[in-house]
Amino acid sequence: MTDIAPTAPQAPNWRATFRKITNSSAVTVVLAIVVALVVGAILIAAADEDVQRTVTYLFAQPGDFFVALGQSIGGAYAALFQGAVVNFGASSSGAALLPLARTVANSVPLIFAGLALGMGFRAGLFNIGGQGQIMLGAVFCSYLGFALHLPVGLHVIVCVLGAFVGGAIWGFVPGILKATTGANEVIVTIMLNSIAGFLLGFLLTLQSFRVPGSNNPISPMVDANALYPTFFGTPVSVGFVLAIAAAVGVWWLMERSTLGFRIKAVGANKDAALTSGMNVRTTYIWVMTIGGGLCGLAATAPLLGTPSQALSVDIASTFGFDAITVALLGRSKPLGTVLAGLLFGGLRAGGYMMQAGTGVPIDIILVLQSVIVLLIAAPPLVKAIFRLPDPSRRHKVRRARGMKASVARSEVTA
Amino acid sequence: MKLELRHITKKFGDFVANDNIDLVVEPGQIHALLGENGAGKSTLMNVLYGLYEADGGQILLDDQPMQFAGPGDAMAAGIGMVHQHFMLVPVFTVAENVVLGHEPVKGPDLIDVSKARDIVKQISDRFGFEVDPNALVEDLPVGIQQRVEIIKALSRQAKILILDEPTAVLTPQETDELMSIMRQLKAAGTSIVFITHKLREVQDVADVITVIRHGRVVGQAAPTASQSELARLMVGRAVDLSVDKTLHQGGPVALSVKDLSLVEPTGRALLEDITFDVHKSEILTIAGVQGNGQTELTEVLIGLRKSTAGSVTLVTQDAAGRAVTTDLTNQSVRTILDSGVGYVPENRSKDGMIAGFSVAENLVIDQITHPPFSRHGSLDTRAISANGARQVEQFDIRTDTAQAGMGTLSGGNQQKVVLARELSRDLTVFIASQPTRGVDVGSIEFIHGQIIAERDAGAAVLIVSTELNEVTALADRIAVMYRGRFVGIVPPDTDRNVLGLMMAGIAADEALDLTRQESYTDQVQSEGVDHD
Repeated sequence: MTDIAPTAPQAPNWRATFRKITNSSAVTVVLAIVVALVVGAILIAAADEDVQRTVTYLFAQPGDFFVALGQSIGGAYAALFQGAVVNFGASSSGAALLPLARTVANSVPLIFAGLALGMGFRAGLFNIGGQGQIMLGAVFCSYLGFALHLPVGLHVIVCVLGAFVGGAIWGFVPGILKATTGANEVIVTIMLNSIAGFLLGFLLTLQSFRVPGSNNPISPMVDANALYPTFFGTPVSVGFVLAIAAAVGVWWLMERSTLGFRIKAVGANKDAALTSGMNVRTTYIWVMTIGGGLCGLAATAPLLGTPSQALSVDIASTFGFDAITVALLGRSKPLGTVLAGLLFGGLRAGGYMMQAGTGVPIDIILVLQSVIVLLIAAPPLVKAIFRLPDPSRRHKVRRARGMKASVARSEVTA
Repeated sequence: MKLELRHITKKFGDFVANDNIDLVVEPGQIHALLGENGAGKSTLMNVLYGLYEADGGQILLDDQPMQFAGPGDAMAAGIGMVHQHFMLVPVFTVAENVVLGHEPVKGPDLIDVSKARDIVKQISDRFGFEVDPNALVEDLPVGIQQRVEIIKALSRQAKILILDEPTAVLTPQETDELMSIMRQLKAAGTSIVFITHKLREVQDVADVITVIRHGRVVGQAAPTASQSELARLMVGRAVDLSVDKTLHQGGPVALSVKDLSLVEPTGRALLEDITFDVHKSEILTIAGVQGNGQTELTEVLIGLRKSTAGSVTLVTQDAAGRAVTTDLTNQSVRTILDSGVGYVPENRSKDGMIAGFSVAENLVIDQITHPPFSRHGSLDTRAISANGARQVEQFDIRTDTAQAGMGTLSGGNQQKVVLARELSRDLTVFIASQPTRGVDVGSIEFIHGQIIAERDAGAAVLIVSTELNEVTALADRIAVMYRGRFVGIVPPDTDRNVLGLMMAGIAADEALDLTRQESYTDQVQSEGVDHD
């Protein structure tokens, strides 16, 4: 082409689409949350018995309908807020802020895993193996926690390091496979999730991973010395401080280190990175390994937090998948990821309160999360699937209508 | 058919690609549209061809206003376009390609192949195209493929033919042949719009020249106008078309390449037994039609591809003046860069820069692991910014700040960034592929100056270019590549026609003989180099 003017639309490739999804704007993100809340409100209202009853005589007495509507939606979201931030009905100020503490505690695994996946996104890697990496971190962390008996302080550190190493091993595998064979990290990490699940299930059949004398597939609890110290008896623990420290660490890594520069360069233009003498393969390995380690740290939240859980096949919950949403919502940036983690932690915490207080099922939280993902990921995806042109480039031929108008206009000026 | 464009305006966002352009092409006229890269020539033609919708203005054919919703409408109205990148199906025959989209059918729905062949044969014979309708397109040389495109347009009764940069992919001989085809078409009454930025071609063939700059028509010229006049119209100021340099003999060998081969696992040889030396303080340019192994050669030299045989050796002098050799054969890119080789890749936006990074970051992407830009794995952002500001100043990179996104710069300025990055290091060898591709004339002068300055500072310079003018302007010696081999290495004052024949694979001696016999030399324009 001789002209710099936009060229014909290129065949969409999924890496480019993926890059668009992970680079969505802050406005998109905020609007996605708002729309999700609206969709949630419609579902809540539609399922509410009072609303259903009053809608039958909507035109006779519209007032009843709108009151019912307001009560169902307002009640549910008020409960959600009270469960996630401040409980106004609580007896003391400490109890009033307990929901906020739960939110913060809930956010810890999401922040760790979200940071990991966001880092992968920046390198152009879609690591959806968070789930498996968390499980491996959990295996290491838990075993070190109940099998060893170390002094206060030291034991926590050993467990945290163990969790990091466990996750890192599970991240290293897809990293080295991608680097040496070009294996698609999406497929490898999905399969490794399954492998990790079955490995965990197998380990829990071994006597060494079980509570002595028990036949249940649950490990012993970790030592009290291995638990994260908590603040003021709330669920908020040193784990949250570590998560924030990890966010700062990832920020430094991405913005101030040569490795981060390489990661971003490889993610933005692999060919230019290669031509500049960067080792793309080792960069992939580093990203996946560090990411795996961070995911492993997510496992410390249920194992070392208060209340503590023992190792079971459900230890990773859905953290690994929720973290994808968190990273997308946080636009793969550390600060964004922390905020998105807090939001999702809050939805989790508030969801229980909402269910208990108003009978709105907690599944509505899943709907909110799903709508958010859909709104962020869908536009580039839909465009890629249906090969639609980018509306920002208006070079698509439109019918003569526009042409006529402009011709008429130019004739007037001529 | 008479074509008239009135007040055509086309905007992309805030960028006005065509600003109120008027153009009249009389029947049977060759109308050259001359302008720099990015002047808006192709946009205008895409509007005419129905690919873009104009934001304002009118298209008239024989004084009838027309509205084209797409290329189909334009073709039906008698407009044919030959794109710079051919729109042919490589595995189809010529006949199949020509009828593609309006196939003659027989029976229920069978392509009438013999009729398709007849169409091709008829047009081919009429204009002496010598195209075999049964040949597979992928087997044909580029010049013939272009004729297939022209036949395709003519088979649809095109009265107006748009040729978009038709000579970019041709050897000088093929270019001459195209020119004679254009004259024949003109004699047969076809109007031709000829888009180009090459002054020589315009003077050869055009009846009327319209010059476009920054999306506006800045003037018309007769073909008798001198090259410097045309260049001044194109660029908007006087341009020095000659490259001011003295020929260098070169010093000791700095880069020695021996029997370098690159054979694909399938057995296809991309490079075959390439042997050459580049001396200190010397520019060796590699000429050739695109796709004859130049890309592969530079990629092997810089370590992006691994050769299958042969060696690459770097020779430097130590303090005592003794030669120190370093084997660079199949080393990593990192090692090769660090041993004093600079590299400007052919495809700037794909391999040379990261559009999402700032100018300052792009200026250090291949040095980021080295002091002063980083220490112990930690970036020194201050050093990176300072370096950015300094290079922007020194290389006259037109941007408000070095922190601006690389993607916001013009092609010429992006190229200056890439060049600045490489030239700011101490280089033993400097390799640049298509250093001025997609770069405006003003920047070309500057870039050529920088390359020569690097040579004068003692570097061995290897330039790959498909622009013959650039090759001859910069070279101390010229190597010609054809199908992965070096056809020969000749002095820079070698006749254009000899170079052209060499680019078609004919050995230097033979090419020299041929041109003597045919006394081509009479036609040679001896005024030296023009700008592109």
